[in-house]
Amino acid sequence: MLNMQRKKIVDALLLLPLLFLLSCVSSDESYEGPRGFIQIKGSDTMVNAAQKLAEDFMKDYPYVFVAVTGGGSGVGIASLINGTCDIAIASRKMRDEEIEIAKKRGVEPKEFVVAYDGVAVIVNKNNPIDSLTIEQLHDIFTGKITDWKELGGKEGKVVTLSREVSSGTHMYFKEKVIRREDKNSREEFSPQTLLLSSSQAIVEEVVSNENAIGYLGMGYVSERVKAIKVGVGDSFYPPSVEYVSGGKYILSRPLQMYTNGVPKGVVKLFIDYVYSPEGQRAFQETGFVPISQENAPEKD
Amino acid sequence: MHLKRIKEFIIESLIRLSGFFIIGFVILIFLFLLKDSLSLFREYPLKDFFFGKSWLPISEPPRFGIIPLVMGSLYVTFVAILICVPTGIAAAMFIAEVAPSYLKTILKSLVEILASIPSVVLGFIGIVWLGPLLKDVLGISTGMCGFTGSLLLAFMALPTIISISEDAIVSVPRSYKEAAFGLGATRWQTLWRIVLPSASSGIIAAIMLGIGRVIGETMVVMMVTGNSPIIPHSILQPLRTLTATVAGEMGETVSGSEHYFALFAVGLVLFIITFIINFIADWSLQRGKR
Repeated sequence: MLNMQRKKIVDALLLLPLLFLLSCVSSDESYEGPRGFIQIKGSDTMVNAAQKLAEDFMKDYPYVFVAVTGGGSGVGIASLINGTCDIAIASRKMRDEEIEIAKKRGVEPKEFVVAYDGVAVIVNKNNPIDSLTIEQLHDIFTGKITDWKELGGKEGKVVTLSREVSSGTHMYFKEKVIRREDKNSREEFSPQTLLLSSSQAIVEEVVSNENAIGYLGMGYVSERVKAIKVGVGDSFYPPSVEYVSGGKYILSRPLQMYTNGVPKGVVKLFIDYVYSPEGQRAFQETGFVPISQENAPEKD
Repeated sequence: MHLKRIKEFIIESLIRLSGFFIIGFVILIFLFLLKDSLSLFREYPLKDFFFGKSWLPISEPPRFGIIPLVMGSLYVTFVAILICVPTGIAAAMFIAEVAPSYLKTILKSLVEILASIPSVVLGFIGIVWLGPLLKDVLGISTGMCGFTGSLLLAFMALPTIISISEDAIVSVPRSYKEAAFGLGATRWQTLWRIVLPSASSGIIAAIMLGIGRVIGETMVVMMVTGNSPIIPHSILQPLRTLTATVAGEMGETVSGSEHYFALFAVGLVLFIITFIINFIADWSLQRGKR
């Protein structure tokens, strides 16, 4: 008797996931609007903004599901080439070799500049240093300056923090600061540099370590850390919307979305949404600089 | 009667089939890794991979020297084992021979709970608490170093070492102990000179499985060891392990590129290392049974 009952319960439990699956499939058939699924992958810098865009977008189009995953710009671009995402978000431009490989695989990457970002250099709040030149940053991250004393700060070994090699911010910083935009330069990050797997890990280490210095997208700057003013010569600017959009903050860069060929269907709908005033507001709210409306591609 | 034999036959063949499946899977995984790693050596010299001193996968030309990664893994593993083997065996001895029975049950279930803590939780504790603490206590420049990883890994390997050694100690025949007591040996002398040597093969297996657990662990080391690809000279430096390299870089590689194959080759090296360790563990268990 008891056994029978138990068997019934087990059967009922086995049915549950099936029912759940069915309930997902049987959506409202009378809905006429667009349906579909968009997979977005890539830049950790942009992932919060993309998540916000996706959530707002799904409020307007309840039957288009948008999934956002981070991992780094390299991850997004690789997935676009491997055909495992619809939109790659990237805080760096695709390299020529990447475009070549993509074309060999029959993928035609199309680029959309969707916003601007400043790369902020952050230190612990107790660090007396407020501003650094780009040359000083170069010397710090290549290991030529190893003690804060050399920069007029408190004595202590400099701990340099970087993102993993899959990060677009890593590539950008390497080109702009380590190699000083010299194509023939073979300089690398100092091997002592810590390679951390997320922007948040960089924030945590800077908060707990007085001698640490790291870089990340300015959307991640918070009250808990101090953003350094960066400059050339004697004009220093903090990473803020004002100075990035005015072009005065030197470490600023465009943020991209890449699609395979000219976007169609729900992907086109999403890209159009990104350029709409609501979409651009999502970038502003997550700490980025929206593009001015004149720069947006014309709607056809 | 006849039905029973048919039933028996079906069950027997199903079990045999699952056994073969497992062997098949291991061989297939090995072949899969081998195939993709060999593609690397068509373009990249074997010597530079195994003896290269720098790992710079996205530079031009890229360099895939595995020495810093192997050294990183070995450093972290060695120190973790140094910490967890003595404590683990001592804990096993205490649970098996010394603790009163009510404490024994509590301790055993606590060890099981310890085994079920997700590694990402330990990594998080390492980033926000253990790392900064070690930085202040040891006076090093950053808490993101090999030692933080070793401590957390030792913590993760403890349950494996404790429960397998405890089994080994408990299964030492009662008559051995009685003989020792009969000759006038104290409890400590019996435990140290009689029980422990008789259980040694099981304990060695426990240690080996612990090492396997430590060297294959990924999440914790990726989060707390700093991942600098340098050849470490001290455990207090940041270092990069084999596992963290594969996990950190796999996502961005385009399948079929040189970098992609290099990561497979790293995976193959890791597979061979853990295979050897497990083999030694198995061998010493077998020897103990005989």
